[in-house]
Amino acid sequence: MPNRPVRRVALHGRSNFFWETQLERQTTYDYKVVRQFAIITVFWGIAGMLVGVIIAAQLAFPTLFEGIPWLSYGRLRPLHTNAVIFAFGGSALFATSYYVVQRTTQARLFGGPLAAFTFWGWTLAMLLAAITLPHGITSGKEYAELEWPIDLLIAAVWVAYAIVFFGTIAKRRVKHIYVANWFFGAFILTVAVLHIVNSAFVPVSLTKGYSFYPGAIDAMVQWWYGHNAVGFFLTTAFLGMMYYFVPKQAERPIYSYRLSIVHFWALISTYMWAGPHHLHYTALPDWAQSVGMIFSLILLAPSWGGMINGIMTLSGAWHKLRTDPVLKFLIVSLSFYGMSTFEGPMMSIKTVNALSHYTDWTIGHVHSGALGWVAMISIGSLYYLIPRLFGKVHMHSMKLVELHFWIATLGVVLYIAAMWVAGVTQGLMWRAVNADGTLTYSFIESVESTYPFYYVRLLGGAMFLAGMLLMAYNTWRTVAEGRSADADDAIPASATR
Amino acid sequence: MVTGMDINDIRAWQTTLLLIAFIGIVIWAFSKRRKKSFDEAANLPFADEEQHRATIEKEDQQP
Repeated sequence: MPNRPVRRVALHGRSNFFWETQLERQTTYDYKVVRQFAIITVFWGIAGMLVGVIIAAQLAFPTLFEGIPWLSYGRLRPLHTNAVIFAFGGSALFATSYYVVQRTTQARLFGGPLAAFTFWGWTLAMLLAAITLPHGITSGKEYAELEWPIDLLIAAVWVAYAIVFFGTIAKRRVKHIYVANWFFGAFILTVAVLHIVNSAFVPVSLTKGYSFYPGAIDAMVQWWYGHNAVGFFLTTAFLGMMYYFVPKQAERPIYSYRLSIVHFWALISTYMWAGPHHLHYTALPDWAQSVGMIFSLILLAPSWGGMINGIMTLSGAWHKLRTDPVLKFLIVSLSFYGMSTFEGPMMSIKTVNALSHYTDWTIGHVHSGALGWVAMISIGSLYYLIPRLFGKVHMHSMKLVELHFWIATLGVVLYIAAMWVAGVTQGLMWRAVNADGTLTYSFIESVESTYPFYYVRLLGGAMFLAGMLLMAYNTWRTVAEGRSADADDAIPASATR
Repeated sequence: MVTGMDINDIRAWQTTLLLIAFIGIVIWAFSKRRKKSFDEAANLPFADEEQHRATIEKEDQQP
């Protein structure tokens, strides 16, 4: 640090050979692939959430796009989930994990062109998803709908991802492996195993394969995969984001590094077993259902441990929350994480599940996690990351970031509150019986009583999408401005942390 | 069968061993000896500003 101004003067003069070669020898990071993934994350966010708003509108106005098969609800719904989870969430994870692993190992990405392969391979897989799903080409497995040729491409990309990530860790120039990298590493390893096991298909044509597993075993494998997609893709990996970007934005180390270690091991060893709670009261053996329920309940402890660790990092600096919209995104996302990881274990209790399962309560729960936690922590991290990737500290307009924060938060609250009420109403109506044992309500009556909430949900989802459009505009302006003419103004030493 | 282990013994042992492993991790993580090392690790996000700056500078030189 002390010799920095000297060197900078020398560089500007372009005459001092010694300092020039020093800079050549200095480790630099590969930011190109990080930039690519960061920008495309914003694009996929808008695309995936737009499809979400369209299918929310179809539920509120069922005749929308009637007669156009590739715009029907049944085909667009998997397109929505794939686009937001794998295209938006996945790209955000590639961007942040590549950035964090370099900055905390002080080493350049390993594997040269492999990182570029992961970008183009992943993007191609997502484009293929956007083409095949509306055409009705699907394996029918939730969150694993893509047919086997795309699954093979994803597997190849994932192996390359693992080589780049763990290769970078292997050549690290510091002693410790920072905790964020443990979370990213567990995510990469586990998703590889989940994807390969659950995608075991017997192909019958280029666009059709059948699951390798029979009956209830197939269901169990599917939800072992499905819930760990939640546990490792949508939780563990985003906790990796949390452990880097919350300390950076708060400008103080994580509240307790010790807690982060206990958090890591407890979380990853418990999540693996929670999947059967998706199959309560089905053909799955009763004991397996109970195992799923018990492990889901235990999950509350590590989940809240992680949430507390993140939020308490602000301890002694709470005032920053008043003025810093990026920090607001990060901390509010942790609050939603806490809420949904309380709600999840509660819903996994069999008696509660008897009320909630198959109702819109589940949809509310998922979006409290997906919009409130996953999307908000990604957006907060990107608002930190994007300016820095272009040699700046702040986005073009922090006012727009603040506006985005409020519109997104209100959107999520409207969305999940509407779905809670809708779901509990449906559950109560479906189970109501008359004195003679007949059902009190017909199914269509429960649908009718859900309409008002579908309108509110549409509004909440549209607000969240509007926030993403603000983000796209802000990102475009930030990138278009280019680097400041004077790099010294652009990165003051105190603010680049 | 009266003698020999059956699968339930293995299950019981697995639970016991996992509990011991968890307690072991907690004791290890919270031991006083580890404090300095963990403080170092916790500050890693703040230790590489030079490289970040160098990356941006190098990219500026070769647009």
